[in-house]
Parts: sequence; structure tokens; C-alpha cells
Amino acid sequence: MTAYGAILGARIRMLLQYRAAALAGMATQVFWGIIRVMVFTAFYASLRPGVEAPMTLRQTVTYIWLGQALLGLLPMRIDGEGAGMIRSGTVAYELTRPWDVYWAWCMRAASLRIAPTMLRCLPIVVFAVALLPASMRLGPPASPAAAGLFALSVLLAVALTSVITALLTITMLWTISGEGLMLLLSGLAWVLSGIVIPLPLLPDAARHVIEWLPFAGTLDLPFRIYIGQVGPGEAAGVLLRQVGWTLALVMLGRWMLASGLRRLVVQGG
Amino acid sequence: MSLIVVENLVKTFKVAQRQPGLWGAVRGLIHRQHRTVHALDGISFAIEPGELVGYIGPNGAGKSTTVKILSGILVPNSGVCTVNGRVPWKHRIAHVQRLGVVFGQRTQLWWDLPVIESFDLLAAIYRVPPADYRRNRAEMVDLLDLAPLLDTPVRQLSLGQRMRCDLAAALLHRPDVLFLDEPTIGLDAVSKLAVRRFIKELNRRQGVTVILTTHDMDDIEALCSRVMVIGQGKILSDGSLEALRRSVTSERWLIVDLANDGDGVSDPDALVIEHTGRRVELSFDPQHISPAELIARVTAKHAIRDLFVQNPPIEKIIARLYGRLESSNQS
Repeated sequence: MTAYGAILGARIRMLLQYRAAALAGMATQVFWGIIRVMVFTAFYASLRPGVEAPMTLRQTVTYIWLGQALLGLLPMRIDGEGAGMIRSGTVAYELTRPWDVYWAWCMRAASLRIAPTMLRCLPIVVFAVALLPASMRLGPPASPAAAGLFALSVLLAVALTSVITALLTITMLWTISGEGLMLLLSGLAWVLSGIVIPLPLLPDAARHVIEWLPFAGTLDLPFRIYIGQVGPGEAAGVLLRQVGWTLALVMLGRWMLASGLRRLVVQGG
Repeated sequence: MSLIVVENLVKTFKVAQRQPGLWGAVRGLIHRQHRTVHALDGISFAIEPGELVGYIGPNGAGKSTTVKILSGILVPNSGVCTVNGRVPWKHRIAHVQRLGVVFGQRTQLWWDLPVIESFDLLAAIYRVPPADYRRNRAEMVDLLDLAPLLDTPVRQLSLGQRMRCDLAAALLHRPDVLFLDEPTIGLDAVSKLAVRRFIKELNRRQGVTVILTTHDMDDIEALCSRVMVIGQGKILSDGSLEALRRSVTSERWLIVDLANDGDGVSDPDALVIEHTGRRVELSFDPQHISPAELIARVTAKHAIRDLFVQNPPIEKIIARLYGRLESSNQS
């Protein structure tokens, strides 16, 4: 286990070097956060009297800022190191190391998600709590229990988004160039994880499906626990859903990697 | 029991073939034609612990296929292959734990990390106990003179520096077997010598078994007591460099430096292979004419400043061997 921990640590330290990218990303995320808060404030202002929204405006604003702060967790890009190895055919050399290739790739994927989030999260939170007018601020968690469950749920989201990212990398063993799938999936991921419109605000028919997809577990579900839209009583089900998807995608990923590598070792690079 | 045993190893690849032109491309969508390439056509050899073996052959001969099978990357179609009693592709993790590999064309280090962090990471991946790691690293740093490089990110290293670091990286876990795939490719003369000296020292001191593939015959001459030549998937020759030389040709060369411009050398029993300026190179068969006699004849007829007898360079021998292979294939 220490070996995988070491891979994760080293890759995170490496990715933390990209300060300029972090600054640029932070600025964009703050800017979009403000715009989206204003858009939703306008939406709520135009609600017909008597119509009950599934979330209050305060909850929605908090949801949006959480989304901006943790945007790095969205499984939208795959790791360039793995992609490069697959393209150049050197991926076979991964087999010359005494590790489980799947977990090694998962650690690489996890570092890709964790490092930018670590860099950007705190400054965005500070900005969204301290520097904005009261109506636009990131609010506190619904309760101490919600805070604890949220923390747990974010950890599970990190695991889930990492196995999704690893799975995307693995598909490149067949497609070689990942651009097409990446373009398609990143578009979908933005919508399906609640970054464009918070999932509770979607029409019921769509919501019932999307809530059960793995993408909801990467951002939306933790946020709902935080704002109290999912109460501590229901949280167990949400956490289980994240765990279930993670396990299912781990199995799928291992199986796909094994068959992809089998092709490689039988047929050569 | 030998450390590495290979018996009758066969590996074929299926290569999709496309007819030329647009029509060919369209046809390829519906019906692909495959051609079978015999990368390894039943090769056998055994290597004892502590040997330093050169493995050479023309491009596409099956060298890297062999090395890939031995490293557990490729699975052969048939045949036996064991390293230390283990089948590489079946007991992959246990096998690579005792194996070091260096591929000259690519680095195993992490591009953006300082060298020392790559080392730390490899030690963790290979689960080297900290005390052993520190000792091995200190030894490598000393032998390869790496101290000034340790804090440099790998991408800023020159090729020669990088290769030294790669060699150290492959040895931190003290492997029993080391595969070196063109370790001196693209290196300057000083770096080449440093790499060779290191490999020799390592083999002598730690008894590491080394298989070296290369196109640089100086590597082979400097390092290997045993050379295996592979061509078209078959082992063509396996033995000492001297034996290889003798099996290909018995000829020797007489190099003559003439005292005067415009002079030339000719002899019925020797062949002029090159004449540049005042230097003439003759090849002769010592079984046909003794070197002493040839020298006596030449010195009697010409004013000589200097002269010496040597073996044909190993490059020429290998080229001749490869050439035979080509022509036997065509006939």
C-alpha cells in the first residue's frame, strides 16, 4: 500500500508546481461563480408567487460556490502521462514494475483530481465566504452532522472521480486518441454532476435518472448533504450510492484494463 | 540450473495489411488481410548467473521481442522461458521485483520530478527497506557520480546524465538480472565510456547478470565475454567474440603507411581494400600467406614509414554476417 501512497504523493507534489495554471483556474472559477450566483438570483426573483422551489436561494448559492471550489474533482480530463504512454506504445513498460497496473493508474488519476482541487479550493472558499455581499456568500453547513457527513462524502467523491478518470484512460487502449470521448464526456459530466444546473432544480423525470448516474456522486450528492437538502437520515443511502458506483467502476476498469493489456501482450505494442 | 533458460521460443505477430490506394482502404474496412510475422522462430539459449552477454542482430531481427518476453511484457506463442525458475509473464510481479531494465530510448524516471524523488518513488514501488535503499543509493551516486544531479528535474538533464540516472534507477532494488536495451545510444564518447565502465564494475562487484542489446560493437568488445547473434528470429551464433570472428572470416588486415606520395602497393596474395593518401589497407588470408612473408615482400618493394597487422574491425565482421543472412534469404 505504501507504494501506491508514494505514487500519489509524488504526483501531487509534481502537479502542485503549476502555479500559473492554478491562478488562472482560480480566477475563472471565481468569475463564473459570481455570474452563476447572479443568474440564479435573477431566476429566483422571477419565480411566480406561491411556487415552491426545491432549494432555497441561500442553498442554491452555497451549492454553486461548493461547485466552484471543488470543480477540480469533475472527471473531465484524463491524465496526460497515461494518454501519452498509450499513444507512443510505451504503455507495455508499465508491466516491468512490481505493481498492480490498475491501482497505479488509479493513483495517477487521483493525483490529477486532488492536486488542482487542493490548490484552488481554499482561496475560492475564503473569497466566497469573506469578500462577497451577504446575499452572494457561501453559507455554513446545515448542521455539524451535515458537515461531518459532507467531509466523508467528499472523500468518497474523490475515490469515485478517480476511478472514472482511470476508466476513461483505460478506454484509450482501444481508441488511442482520447479526444472524441473526452469532448463528449466532459460536456456530459458538467451537466450530470450539477455544475451547470444544481440537480435538485432539474425536472423530476430527468432528475430521477441523473441522480442515479455515477456523475452525481462526484459533486452533487456531497453538496446536497452540506446544504441539508439531503438530511443526515438519508445521507447513508447517498454514501452507499457513491461506494456502490466506485466498486462497480473499479471492477469494470480492472476487467477492461486486463483485456486491453492482454491484447497488448499477445499482439505487441 | 541456469539463471535464464530459453528453449524453442516462438513468437508470431499478425500484421494487418492494407492494399494501397482508396479502394484498398475501403476494402480494408470490410475484409482485413493479415500477414503473419515470425519474430522469434524457435530460439534457445541458457545464461548462467554473473554472465555479461551481448545480444546483437540487425533491426527487426527479434532482439527486443526476446527482451520483452524475458521482462514479462510479451507472451510467446510457444516454448519455455524461465528466469530464476519463474515464468516472466505468469509470475510477473515476483519476476520484475528481481529485474532491472534500462531502455536507452526512453527514461523510467519521472520527467518533472527531481532525480532524487524519482529514486525515492522507485524505492517505494519496489518496497526496498529504507536502510538498504540508502546504502544502494549511496553506492550508485558514488559509482556514477550523480551527487551534482540529484536535485535537478529529469527534463533538464542531458542525455548522458539522464542515462547515468536511469542506470542507477534500475539498480536501486538490487536486481539479479539487468536488461540493457541500447544503453549507449546517442551518448557522447565520454558518457559512453562512463556507462561501460559502470556496467563492467557492476557485473564484477555485484555479480549481476547482464543482457545487453546494442548496435555499438565497441560496447560488445569492451564488455561482453559472450555474444549471441540473432537474425530473422533465429540464433545464428553464440559464443565468444573471437569465435564469432573466426566463424565469419579468417582474414587479417595489413595497414601500410608509405614514405612517399604517389606510391602504391600491390601483391598477388593480398587485396587492396582501401588506399587513401599514403595509407594502404590490404586484406590477406594468413593460411595462404604468412604475415611475415607478406611484410617482407612489401618492405622489399616500397619505402615504408610504418606498418601493422590487425583483425578486421568487428563492425565489418558483423556487417558481413548480416549480409550473408540477407543473401541466404533471397536465394
